[in-house]
This record gives sequence, C-alpha cells and structure tokens, in this order.
Amino acid sequence: MEQPKPQAAALENQSNSNQEGKTPSLFAAALQRQHPEWVAHEVDALGETTIIVPREHIVAACHFLKHEPGMEFNFLSDVCGFDRGPEEEPRFEVNYHLFSTTRFHRLRLKVLLNEDDAHVATVTGIWRTANWHERETYDLFGVVFDDHPDLRRILLPDDWQGHALRKDFPLRGYEPYSLE
Amino acid sequence: MSSVTNIPPQFEVVDRPLDTQMTISMGPQHPSTHGVLRLELVLDGEMVVKATPDIGYLHTGMEKLFEYRKYQQGIVITDRMDYLNPLGNNLAYVMAVEKLLQLEIPERAQTIRVLTCELQRIASHLVWLGTHALDIGAMTVFFYAFREREKILNLIEAASGGRLTPSYFRIGGLMMDIPAGFERRVQQFIDEFPKAVKEFHTLVSGNRIFQKRTQGVGVIRAEDAIDWGLSGPSLRGSGIALDIRRANPYCGYENYDFEIPTEPDCDVWARYMVRMREMLESQKIVIQALSRLKPGPVKADAPKIVLPDREAMKTHMDALIHHFLIVAEGFDVPAGEVYMPIEASKGELGVYVQSTGGPKPARVHFRGPSFVNLSALPHMSHGAMIADIVAIIGSLDIVLGEIDR
Repeated sequence: MEQPKPQAAALENQSNSNQEGKTPSLFAAALQRQHPEWVAHEVDALGETTIIVPREHIVAACHFLKHEPGMEFNFLSDVCGFDRGPEEEPRFEVNYHLFSTTRFHRLRLKVLLNEDDAHVATVTGIWRTANWHERETYDLFGVVFDDHPDLRRILLPDDWQGHALRKDFPLRGYEPYSLE
Repeated sequence: MSSVTNIPPQFEVVDRPLDTQMTISMGPQHPSTHGVLRLELVLDGEMVVKATPDIGYLHTGMEKLFEYRKYQQGIVITDRMDYLNPLGNNLAYVMAVEKLLQLEIPERAQTIRVLTCELQRIASHLVWLGTHALDIGAMTVFFYAFREREKILNLIEAASGGRLTPSYFRIGGLMMDIPAGFERRVQQFIDEFPKAVKEFHTLVSGNRIFQKRTQGVGVIRAEDAIDWGLSGPSLRGSGIALDIRRANPYCGYENYDFEIPTEPDCDVWARYMVRMREMLESQKIVIQALSRLKPGPVKADAPKIVLPDREAMKTHMDALIHHFLIVAEGFDVPAGEVYMPIEASKGELGVYVQSTGGPKPARVHFRGPSFVNLSALPHMSHGAMIADIVAIIGSLDIVLGEIDR
C-alpha cells in the first residue's frame, strides 16, 4: 500500500509562495509587540493565519490572546496533533484553533515538538475545554501535556500499546486487539 | 458539596450519612445514553457528586483511515460520524478540501447544499426531540417526530439515493442534480411542517411533568459555556447568539434571512426551546433556498477533479481519461492546511485537513460538537439527581459516532 509522503518542507514552501506582501497579520503584530519571541514564524494562506509559537511561550501567548482587548479569543475551537513522519525533526505539530465569540475571527497557533521531548504545557488553565482535546492528542500521538489535570487515554483502552495516529503505526495495528 | 445545603431541613436527617458514597456505572448499554456512552457516577443517595464520562467504545479509527484513502473516498467516512446529520459532515469535509483546492462552486450547487443541509438539520432535531422526550418519559412524541423525519429521509433519498448515509456532496459540487419534482415534494413537506411543530408543542411543551423535569436542571452559565467550548443550540440555550452561519458565513448563508434563537435560562428547558424554534428557522431557510433555485450546473468546471457526466464519459475521449485518472489515481491537492468550521445541527463542526501534496490527505481531524459538548457534562451534572442526568444528556444531543470517531 502506498504511504503518504512525509514532507516537512511543505509548510515552509507554502509560506514562501504565499507571503509576497510579508506584512505580519494583526495578531502576529500584537503578539510580537507584547513579546518579540512569541512569534517564531507566521503563515498566511487560504485566508487563515497560522502562527508558530515556541512551545515554552504557548501558555503565555494564549493567555494574552484571550484577555487582550481587540483579540478576545475566548473560545478554543479545537486542539489537534499532526505527525510529520518518523524521519522528520521536529516531528509533531500541535494546532490550537482559536475563535472569538465577540469578534468572530479565527487564528491557528502551532507548536512544533521533537520526538524525544514531546512535551508542551497544557492550556486547560485558560480554556477548560482543552481538557478533552489534549487528552485525545495525547492518546493518539503521545504528546504529553505538562500539568494537565487528568491526562489519561480517552478514545483507546487504557492498556493500548503505542499511539494510533502516528505515521509509523500500521493501519490495522500490530496484532488483533484482545481483551485477554 | 455545596449541593447538600439545598436539601429541605425536614429531610436532612434522613439523608445525613454522607460518608456512604457509592460509585455506579451508567452505560454503556443504558438506553438513554444514546449509544455506547458510559458514565461513572459517584452518588450520595440519589445526588450526583461526580460524573465522569468514559468514551471510546465506538472508536473505529476513522481519522487514521482518512490518511490511507484518496480525498474523494473520505466523503463516505464522514457519513458515519454524526449519522443523524450526515450531510453536514459531508459539507464540512468537502468544503475543507475545496478550500485547499481553491475551487469555486456553482451557485445552484450551493443552494442545493443549503436546502438539503437545512432539511437534514430538521431531521436531526426531530430525532433529538423524540429521544429526549422518550428518555424523560413522554413516549408519544417519539412517533410523531419520526413520522416527520421519515418524510425528510425520503426527500434525501430521492436526491442522493441514500437515507442514512447519503454522501451527496462531492468535491466540486454535488453527486448529481436533484430529481424532477423534488421542489414540489419539499414544498409539500415545508407547508405541513409548522402544523407538526405545533403538535410537538402540544404534546411536550405544555406538559407539566416535562417542564418540571427540565426547568432549572443542568444549568450552565454563559461564561462557563464558552469556557467549556459549548456550541450550537447548547450554547444558545445559555443566551449567547452565536451561529457559525452568521459569524463565519459559508455556502452563501449571509444572504439568507433567519433568526438565531436564544434562551436566557441556561437549563435543559432553554436548550429544548432553542431547538424547537430552530426547526422553524431552518424551515424559513428552506423556503428561501427553494425560491432561489435557478437552472445551472451543479458541478464545478474542473475536469481534473470533478468526475465527468456519465454520457460525456461514454462519448468523449478526454472525459474518459479524466474519469479513469480520478478514480484510479485521484487528484493532487496542493500542500497546505485548512480549518473549516460549519454550523452542524449540534454545534460547531470543524474539519482540519492538512495536505502535503498527493492524492491522500496527511491529516484529517474532526472537531465534533458532540465531543466537546459532552466534555461539559461533569460541570452541568454536579449536584443533580441521577434521573436528571438522563435529561441533561438528552439536552446536549450527543451522537457517539462523532464522539468516538
């Protein structure tokens, strides 16, 4: 069976082709004003803004985006992981989809993680809805969310081996699952 | 344990032994958990101290499967997630891929999408109404709701050939145009529908037992609802007029005239009333969509992505080649990532698609509204009675197929 090609450079290629203007978006500019290190990279493509945030700053950046007037990202739509493939470094992405219920704008924050140190701080202290999203990401990708109040597997059984959405996990699993 | 203080003083002595807490397992076979949801309830007498949902019994690895299928093959997987609102799932996925491809959809296809999706929303709410009332003990309305739903399923079947799993939308448009006489049948249904809603109100809303079972139960205040990520009717029941169809319009929803019903009470009753009113709003949208249906193509002009018509395939060489290539090899989608939110019948359904090029997606993620709404259940059920749990679950309108994926 044909495997999907891992292309780590896809993101960078996309950013080059789509950033003729090179003006940082409103959100990236505000983040940069607050703390110059919060924005590692910014991609504007297909009408969506993606900001890559260094993982040690993700909680502070989220807190700022939620409470800053004009940003007001009070609603966390989604958190989801992505595995670029076992050969890639950094291997994992964690995407935070933010939404504002008052201003109706959306923003994607992205954290890149290496395989041997797939840890990122939890944002459950900012949005409680992050709880289950982060549990799902942990369950399926093995990304550990530090200080999460209840980091257990959520979709797969507690005794499951491995993380099912990693690219090196076979589609049909390693062996038939049994309750024995 | 703040809830203990709510017990009237004359019963306080009877319910006093608070050190005898009991843990019971509700589900996964419990009929009112709407599938295979298991709740771990810590009880103090009949009062719920802690409710912990345990999900995953229906997990089938759909998101993994997407990565091994071509883009167009993913559509049939989406049907099986929220199986009460399959057209909504089709729409979210198809629009996400169309956004990656930057494909323009003809107006007639957009209108038919709106029309069928709103019919589907009514059908989804009808199942909710029937089962929610049934859980609480009002059995009759179940039959009335399913009678109406049957009419909608017949309409969807007429258009797509499938009742529960239509897969009607394709990347670039629709599978095919609606059949002759479809508008007349929709019109007929829509004309009769307000009478049916009136019937539901007579059967349920005026029922004093139903009111007592739902009012003041499962309260979640507006700021908590946002914090917990509630969306759709569950959020609007807490008084927040948020609707993705208005906030981030898609499919031309900005041109339709409809209201966003909200209720201020934040309880099960408020969520009930929001959905009841929403069905009539959907009916209004269907009427407008019917009046906007103009003849035209229902597939985008993109021969490398959209399958050619059957007749063209048999008579034109290039159409045959395109058909062969799309089916055998799929089409390449440029690298990129999108998050496409739509207002499904249960709330914000977001589809995240990441492509690294090639005919198969690198990642497809569904932000299911049921998944997020259920995660707020522990918050809403704290201090409720065990019988109220059934009402609260019903008011969230969860579908386990979407939660477990």
